[in-house]
Amino acid sequence: MNKVKEFIQYLFSPRKRSCTVSFLLTVVLYLVMSVLIANGSVSSLIKGLLIPLCSYIVAALALNLTVGILGDLSLGQAGFMSVGAFTGAVVSAVLQQHLDSNLLILIISILAGTVMAALFGVLVGVPVLKLEGDYLAIVTLAFGQIVKTLISNFYVGIDSTGLKMSFIEDRTHLEAGGKMIINGPSGLSGNTRMSTFAVGFVLILITLVVIYHLLESRYGRAILATRDNKVVALTVGINTSKYKLITFVISAALTGAAGVLYAMNFSSITPAKFDFNLSIFILIYVVLGGLGNMTGTIVSTIVLMLLPELLRELNDYRMIIYALILIAIMLITNNRSLRSLYERLFLRKEKRNVESTDL
Amino acid sequence: MSRVLTCKNLGIDFGGLTAVNNLNMEIDENEIIGLIGPNGAGKTTVFNLLTKVYVPSRGNILFYDRDVTGDSTIQMSKSGIARTFQNIRLFDRLSVIDNIVIGMHNKLSYSMLDGIFKTPKYRKQEKEAYAKAEDLLEIFDLKADKDVLASSLPYGKQRKLEILRALATEPKLLLLDEPAAGMNPQETEELMNTIRLIRDRFHIAILLIEHDMNLVMNICERIYVLNYGMLLAKGTPDEIRNDPKVISAYLGD
Repeated sequence: MNKVKEFIQYLFSPRKRSCTVSFLLTVVLYLVMSVLIANGSVSSLIKGLLIPLCSYIVAALALNLTVGILGDLSLGQAGFMSVGAFTGAVVSAVLQQHLDSNLLILIISILAGTVMAALFGVLVGVPVLKLEGDYLAIVTLAFGQIVKTLISNFYVGIDSTGLKMSFIEDRTHLEAGGKMIINGPSGLSGNTRMSTFAVGFVLILITLVVIYHLLESRYGRAILATRDNKVVALTVGINTSKYKLITFVISAALTGAAGVLYAMNFSSITPAKFDFNLSIFILIYVVLGGLGNMTGTIVSTIVLMLLPELLRELNDYRMIIYALILIAIMLITNNRSLRSLYERLFLRKEKRNVESTDL
Repeated sequence: MSRVLTCKNLGIDFGGLTAVNNLNMEIDENEIIGLIGPNGAGKTTVFNLLTKVYVPSRGNILFYDRDVTGDSTIQMSKSGIARTFQNIRLFDRLSVIDNIVIGMHNKLSYSMLDGIFKTPKYRKQEKEAYAKAEDLLEIFDLKADKDVLASSLPYGKQRKLEILRALATEPKLLLLDEPAAGMNPQETEELMNTIRLIRDRFHIAILLIEHDMNLVMNICERIYVLNYGMLLAKGTPDEIRNDPKVISAYLGD
């Protein structure tokens, strides 16, 4: 009994608290949704949103690692999702000829998408992260556009002789019975839908484990030191460029996994789906959820994704109202008197003193 | 006694301005050396040269007779040079103990996967690191504050914590940039004891920049005086105190 009490105390110690809360939140939400679905009390509209929601949560958590924890702005989430999505789709199409288990195919596809997105993360990160300033934002912005354009001109098909690819125009010349996997601007078609809510849930948990365990290791401390003060980090022997790159690549890899989960939920998907707007939406989820705050990211992603659906009855006005709500949230969360009220209500004394010294 | 640091004709220019020129300096093991001079004499620049925050334009730096002139800031830290800053630079949003454990970064060897899967190797090394950090806090009387945010410590303790973070890298040469700046006489007195404690307990050489002459004259075995980036004088506290060149540099002719 004492052991249990000790463990619970450990889970809610200041060091562990945010990790525990975000885990509990995820698990509880998953269980509640599962029960509701089993009851049949969830509309098909909401049911259809669940897997994209999981995917966006993973992408937003991953982005929070770069933007919130490392403190570098990245605008290329859609690009990494796209790389993961189309890699995963091709891998799954190939595997379907050899494997029967959809779950196994999905897992291998997710891994493949993760690795490919990580490689692209290295490609983007190596030249950029050595520079000071906003270059990462500029380059990742361009990266997203480049990926979209490249995949719109990419043709991949499969037939009995194997995988065939061409660029700019369709020169795959598939045999009879062959199947196009990526068909240029029209993207994926005839994709076998394999993603499940459970896989999405597990992917969120894995993402949380990776992020929190990373933060609790010397790698996480090095990342925080790099963000807080680069010169000091260097003088205690921390290779700041290396830790920036590591963070960025992990973030890209997790985003790639989110992309696979997303793509494998639809039978068809165009490269244009992963556009700049998507990157900005994910950034909004992160910023409104709180930089570096993983629980906040999960909550804000859920709320902000469901909001447009709830406002659907308002038709043409819904995006205007959505924008107004976003502006209102930003104003409210930045209002000093409201913030100090919140602090007085919820934060303990020592923490408040720290806050007031920055002001 | 072996030689820890040798500077040979060290110099740096910023555009047309020569900030430090022809600096020759030697530091032996277990010594406490003072680096003094009027404002703008180039003292902090010397620290930035020794930690490679700046790259020297001329001259050489030898660390234990090895030429380290071309090494990076990270390599200097790994070789064993640690420093503090004139304006305290802690990792404000981390706890006191985490600030120290960050200093041990290169003493830990587990990989990222060890960290993500929390392998026994990770657990063992982390436990040792935190135990070591607690020992340091204990020695320097900061243990009660170990879980407090670094930014919420009072000024004197922040200075101390910055020194501890430098010590956590297990240096052979510790550079202290105006450790007594902003301290009252009582805090300064305590700082002197801390500095002596560090030398006696860790057997390392200490080079310190300081304007508090009482502190410098009391604890430094030898003193280097800089003026306009050049070495003006060097010697024991008594020699420096009576050197007419030093007196005129400080008080004017």
